[in-house]
Amino acid sequence: MSDAQMVELASVTKRYDGALAVDAINLKIKAGSYCCLLGPSGCGKSSTLRMIAGHEDVTDGDIMIGSRVVNDDPPAERGTAMMFQSYALFPHLSVAENVAFSLRMKGVGRKERLERAARMLDLVSMAEYADRTPTQLSGGQQQRVALARALMTEPSVLLLDEPLSALDPFLRVRMRSELRRIQAELGITFIHVTHSQEEAMALADLVVVMNDGRIAQAAPPREIYNAPRTPFVARFIGGHNIIEDNGRTITLRADDIDVLPAGDATGARRRAQVSEIEYRGPDVRVGLETEAGESLTAVMGERAFFDSPLSPGASVAIGWRPEAAHELSRDA
Amino acid sequence: MTERRPRSFYVLACFFGLFLLFLYGPMISILVLSFQGPEGGLVFPMTGFSTHWFQRLWEGGGQVEIGSALRRSFALALVVMVLTVSFSVLAGLAFRRQFRGATLLLYVAIASLIVPSIVVSLGIALEFRLLDDAIKAFGASAGIDWITNDFVSALGPFTSGLGAHLTWTLPFGLLIMFAVFNRFDPAYEEAARDLGATPWQTFRHVTLPMIAPFLIGVAVFGFTLSWDELARSSQVMGADNTLPMQLAAKTTTVTDPEIYALGTATTGGSVLLVLVTFTLVSLMQRQRRKG
Repeated sequence: MSDAQMVELASVTKRYDGALAVDAINLKIKAGSYCCLLGPSGCGKSSTLRMIAGHEDVTDGDIMIGSRVVNDDPPAERGTAMMFQSYALFPHLSVAENVAFSLRMKGVGRKERLERAARMLDLVSMAEYADRTPTQLSGGQQQRVALARALMTEPSVLLLDEPLSALDPFLRVRMRSELRRIQAELGITFIHVTHSQEEAMALADLVVVMNDGRIAQAAPPREIYNAPRTPFVARFIGGHNIIEDNGRTITLRADDIDVLPAGDATGARRRAQVSEIEYRGPDVRVGLETEAGESLTAVMGERAFFDSPLSPGASVAIGWRPEAAHELSRDA
Repeated sequence: MTERRPRSFYVLACFFGLFLLFLYGPMISILVLSFQGPEGGLVFPMTGFSTHWFQRLWEGGGQVEIGSALRRSFALALVVMVLTVSFSVLAGLAFRRQFRGATLLLYVAIASLIVPSIVVSLGIALEFRLLDDAIKAFGASAGIDWITNDFVSALGPFTSGLGAHLTWTLPFGLLIMFAVFNRFDPAYEEAARDLGATPWQTFRHVTLPMIAPFLIGVAVFGFTLSWDELARSSQVMGADNTLPMQLAAKTTTVTDPEIYALGTATTGGSVLLVLVTFTLVSLMQRQRRKG
């Protein structure tokens, strides 16, 4: 495997027939890190990935991999490899020949390329399926083969386009840890596009939240969760309540909201009514409607909630520790 | 309890029955009559059962032109098939690129399906007459001997005839390729490119193998459209005849069941072709599944 490389985008712009898809973004992804591009559909995350891969021309700006500007290089010369959302495994070739495809294109003989493909299939625990065709595999197995095929080119950067979206939820969680394991094992840079904030939190060293072709925030997952920069990031990442407080826009984590007895005068910052109770197993989600008409969500531990249970319609007071309030800047 | 069927069921069933009768009745009649006894005539009843007329056919029975027409038609259909497949694929690939004027070009290309075949045939013949005149005039003025002495016409199965057949098969081939490429995910080609394949390698190792089963369909279509084409052939084959033209001519002068034997033999040939194709396609698919 080759060395990990850093990836740097300098005011990279993508325009399709006048429509702006990616708007002059700047981003630095450290070599060997796991980066997730996160955002709703149409936010420009896939276009960004495809530009890094070389499957889409850059309208303006520069893409650097390592210390080289790769704008005009064909995909195979960038040291990147891409795993496609649909996997794009060639249906007419066996699993082994799919994995060996890049070697075959370079003119490596059949015996050698199949040997090397077998070793790669071992890495993703698919060795015994070498002679099958892709259509005979389950979604998860196809994904492993696609991963092996991409890694066969010995990339220094692996690009993954919504790799887990086609899998069922159970498999998704399993493949998530598998991806993390393989990334740690190979030590190369992973750039992973997803619209699931849970996936990004679980995998990434660096989460890049995108909106409307721009980067709303690029930071480690904990920072994104605890200190979202804008209302958009807070809303997209979930578990946040965005309210106006003394002329500031602040956000409160749902698990930082204290639901107090209605008569509590000392800790109360708002008066509210319980509008909804949702039992979720480890915790309980409490929907609240304040007197000012704000809708808030509090999440309480299962035991804490049932120590003094609430029911819809109950009047309560709401409080929070001063340090729990995080001020947001305006959406760009 | 039996479920009562609505009256529409019986009406539609009758219609379907008539359809079957008109489709297969004639074929079966000809198949049966081709085994007519040696003294039998063109119509029922059968006067015995024999392969007499097949023997006559095989021996040539004074109809040498049938044999050469058959060989000519076969060769022409093969050439039409190869050209149809090649150009349909190339055109299909071109149309994926959304070039300027693509829609207009498509309409121009498939308009020939709407123009009556006989008109296309007549028009091509007229064009070639002009060409003939031009060649003769050129030969006379330039003093080229073989033109003034031997040249008769540029009309022929592999010049004007080939062109006439292609005006029929190419639009069909193109429309099939449209349907094929509409469902073809470009991610396959991107993946190949990502893995270091050149454009030619991508076509050779990914696109072509994936569309191959459909190409067999285009090939069979091209072959059979040419093989039994009559109207478009009628004016453009010059001094030669194709098999359908020969058969059409025969029906006006025919006196014995040999023509049925010929009909049975050619139908058998077509069925054989379809079966071979079908087997080929299913073998390829099995191969694909096995890998």
